Amino acid sequence: MGNKKNHLDAIKTNEKFRFIGTRPIRPDGVDKVTGRANFGADFSANGMIHGRVVRSPYAHAKIKSINIEKALKMKGVKAVITGQDFPKIDPSDKVVGEVTVSFYDMSQNVIARDKVFYDGHAVAAVAATSTKIAEEAAALIEVEYEVLPAVMTVIEAMKKNAPVLHKGMKTEGLESGPKRSSNIATRTEFRLGDPAEAFKDAEVIVERDYTTQTVHQGYIEPHACVAEISADGMATIWSSSQGQFMVRALVAKLCAMNTSKIKVIPSEIGGGFGGKTLVYLEPLALLLSQQSGRPVKMVMTREEVLRATGPTSGGHARAKIGAKKDGTLVAAELEMEYEAGAFAGSPVKLGCMTGFSPYNLEHVSCIGWDVVVNRPKAAAYRAPGAPVAAFAVESAMDELAEKLDIDPLELRIKNAAVEGTRAVYGVKFPKIGCLETLREAQATEHYQIPLGPNQGRGVASGFWFNIGGQSSASVIVNPDGTVIVATGNPDIGGSRASMALMAAEVLGIDYKNIKPLVADTESVPFSDLTGGSRVTFATGKAVVEAAEDAVNDMKRRAAKVWDVDIDQVEWKDGIATCIETDIHKPMTIAEIAAMAGKTGGAISGKANINAKGAGAAFATHICDVEVDPETGYVQVLRYTAVQDVGTAIHPSYVEGQMQGGAVQGIGWALNEEYVYNEEGLLQNTGFLDYRVPVASDMPMIDTVIVEVPNPGHPYGVRGVGEVPIVPPLAAVANAVSHAIGIRMADLPMSPPKIVATIDAAS
Amino acid sequence: MAKHHVIAIINGDPAEFLCGTEQTLLDCLRDELGLTGSKEGCSSGDCGACSVMLDGRLVCSCLVLGVEANGKKVETIEGVAKGDELHPLQKHFLQEAALQCGICTPGFIIAAKALLKENSDPTETEIRYWLAGNLCRCTGYDKIVTAVQKAAAEMRGES
Amino acid sequence: MARVNLPVEVARSYCHGERNHDIAASDIRAIVKTLELQFPGIGERLNRGLAVAIDGEIFQEWLLQEVEVNSEVYFLPAIEGG
Repeated sequence: MGNKKNHLDAIKTNEKFRFIGTRPIRPDGVDKVTGRANFGADFSANGMIHGRVVRSPYAHAKIKSINIEKALKMKGVKAVITGQDFPKIDPSDKVVGEVTVSFYDMSQNVIARDKVFYDGHAVAAVAATSTKIAEEAAALIEVEYEVLPAVMTVIEAMKKNAPVLHKGMKTEGLESGPKRSSNIATRTEFRLGDPAEAFKDAEVIVERDYTTQTVHQGYIEPHACVAEISADGMATIWSSSQGQFMVRALVAKLCAMNTSKIKVIPSEIGGGFGGKTLVYLEPLALLLSQQSGRPVKMVMTREEVLRATGPTSGGHARAKIGAKKDGTLVAAELEMEYEAGAFAGSPVKLGCMTGFSPYNLEHVSCIGWDVVVNRPKAAAYRAPGAPVAAFAVESAMDELAEKLDIDPLELRIKNAAVEGTRAVYGVKFPKIGCLETLREAQATEHYQIPLGPNQGRGVASGFWFNIGGQSSASVIVNPDGTVIVATGNPDIGGSRASMALMAAEVLGIDYKNIKPLVADTESVPFSDLTGGSRVTFATGKAVVEAAEDAVNDMKRRAAKVWDVDIDQVEWKDGIATCIETDIHKPMTIAEIAAMAGKTGGAISGKANINAKGAGAAFATHICDVEVDPETGYVQVLRYTAVQDVGTAIHPSYVEGQMQGGAVQGIGWALNEEYVYNEEGLLQNTGFLDYRVPVASDMPMIDTVIVEVPNPGHPYGVRGVGEVPIVPPLAAVANAVSHAIGIRMADLPMSPPKIVATIDAAS
Repeated sequence: MAKHHVIAIINGDPAEFLCGTEQTLLDCLRDELGLTGSKEGCSSGDCGACSVMLDGRLVCSCLVLGVEANGKKVETIEGVAKGDELHPLQKHFLQEAALQCGICTPGFIIAAKALLKENSDPTETEIRYWLAGNLCRCTGYDKIVTAVQKAAAEMRGES
Repeated sequence: MARVNLPVEVARSYCHGERNHDIAASDIRAIVKTLELQFPGIGERLNRGLAVAIDGEIFQEWLLQEVEVNSEVYFLPAIEGG
């Protein structure tokens, strides 16, 4: 059952560093294995009441009236709100920053105004003394709907006479100005050279259509928060999210409040993957708290999570690649239509930018269509936009390799992007590790294992930009010389351990003497949210600079004590030494800290940065499957993920990101999809029928860490969290295609679909 | 409707609480007894985040009514460690980095503990099938399986 | 002269489809000002949902980023993370 390699032995502690590259126990770990850690739903406030949301039972409808009288009268009910209770937001009000949706749309998504746009769209909310009473009251809220025809797929939505979701929506990016309202928000295009012309030089061309379905991030923890607002207008929100500052900013805007009046305390977060980079419950809970005068707790059920929080886009892609017989690529085209969900803003542009990035292409074009449909508003999901694009491109590359009779990794190596390669979006790559991951993949034991009957092997590559962004850090030296490292980024995957390792490296003190923590919005300066594979890079950089700042402060104190110039002081392994004379005994961090009061006051360092120099990540995955031709069941036999991580700060958590992303991608390829009925109502609203991978579905996921350090980070870090989900869709599809001898271009490759494909072919 | 009076033994200690007819054991543990270590991920018994032992049997506490615990013994994640001494499973989950966000971890530890009680030397396949009722979205299960194998080895006296 | 490249959809809406512009400027703010003079309204559009790549490095916050004499400047979709 898979070949388990123990990479604990293969990866030595990086010889350049003392702490970086080791695998200590994460500082927050004991709380998590004993059940003491507090996640979103684990918090309670005195006098707390409970909120429930009333949701649309229709995919598309006008709201004619809402009658809340009966609900308000019910004993135990303390507040009822609808869209009318929220401030009006101008349609042109756009969000700046990481969330690419307009405030106007977001405010409508949080609670409907005149129309509902998907099954589960929030229409009203109730707060009562118990969840039971809140639910009973919710059932008493009378909403009169005028049901409209639902548009459920991009194909339906793009048709000329399709019912239009948003009257004012006119397609941006068409060659001639659009005349009528449409469900197409944007047409985007990226181009290098002249592919149409260049295809004439191709000796072999592959061209195919691909389809994928809507899938959810699938975090095990449903959205949850407690919001409280006192009579003087001071609000406190306890919430599970990927960014407490993001929650504060969005709530402030949606509720028309001053950010200084809102304190957001981040709870531990039970998974996000991009799905918790925005708000759903917090504005509702806050207004309910305002109306009732009590703290309000709101927790989503799994059904609500699936019906009403952002999945990622399903869609269509057409990939065309032309090459010479020797495998040199000459031209490539990609055109994709992505579901934006109820409001504009799918990640189709990012899909266009990433699809061909692993390759050196002079002539390439990518066209993307952002299309609204009556499904929940799409939200970010780990490398948003990239997996579907890679599914098409990497499947096409596989088909090309087969046609040319060239090994699929060899074909990729021959055309790999390198330093200086220009991506389709125009930018030239700096130092990258694409080729290295391909070569390492080729060299794995896995790749040499022979296959048996009904078995197939698939390979695929992938790319993600990784971002920098604003991060703030405080490094506080306690009187006993131990250290606190405070940052503003929720820890989704073990980042606290990495922060402590980087601080330990700079300070030269034992990792065990460092306490990393995630501070609330009043205790650390602004930080962009956790996502985009940015925390180990950008927040790590801030921690390094803050630690250096603290070291400089301590050198200054030592200089003061010794009465020498600061340039006479050296810092190494947590000790200050005076370089010139032997008169002065070295001082440890503990000794300096003990004298802090005498030398000027408490010792701390800070850094508030907008991190530049993020390094892109490339990955190559290998997947072996065995398909039962009678049942269509796919067993994943072996899986290897190879990835350039720059420098692995904590190798176990780096491997964890690679394994977790790969398995999400496998689920996306094999089983996961939203199933809607004819009326546009979601049928699989639970984990039984929204089928994510379980332990018995998977083999061990082998990992190979490649390190091509990123010159933009003091320790060479590249973001690692997102690229692992980019290759698996094609890696699995290519494997299945080889196992059954028929190209699979339609995800998910569930058993009935595979059986139907095999039957149709024979 | 009057609430029900439930008397049970939770993690070895006598416990008493009032619960409504519709409240699940999970609701009671979390809301009436303040034991928030067991988590609610799905309310339909599919994710295993609410796993507890009920009279020695592994159950999803979201599928058990609070009243059903009357007169029974319940073991939750809060009872796994002995004071500040972690159970081998807890230790190995930490050492093997078998958790990322940690929301599924209590359920996995309870379920794995139940497995090792039945079978002290499970194969990888046996571990995976036993734990198929516990969903993890972060780890891909690889390091969880390793942690269970290593804990089992230690508990057999082998490490 | 910085070589400035605009997204197709922006160029089609404001610049009759012309994507490439040579602009003398020391930072991105100046580039946007110059474009606004030529193509009224483009300034507001460029401030919405875009990142800027200067000589290969992508900036999400780019207003005051400096630009060299021969810099390649690409306006790109803002990169959302998950």
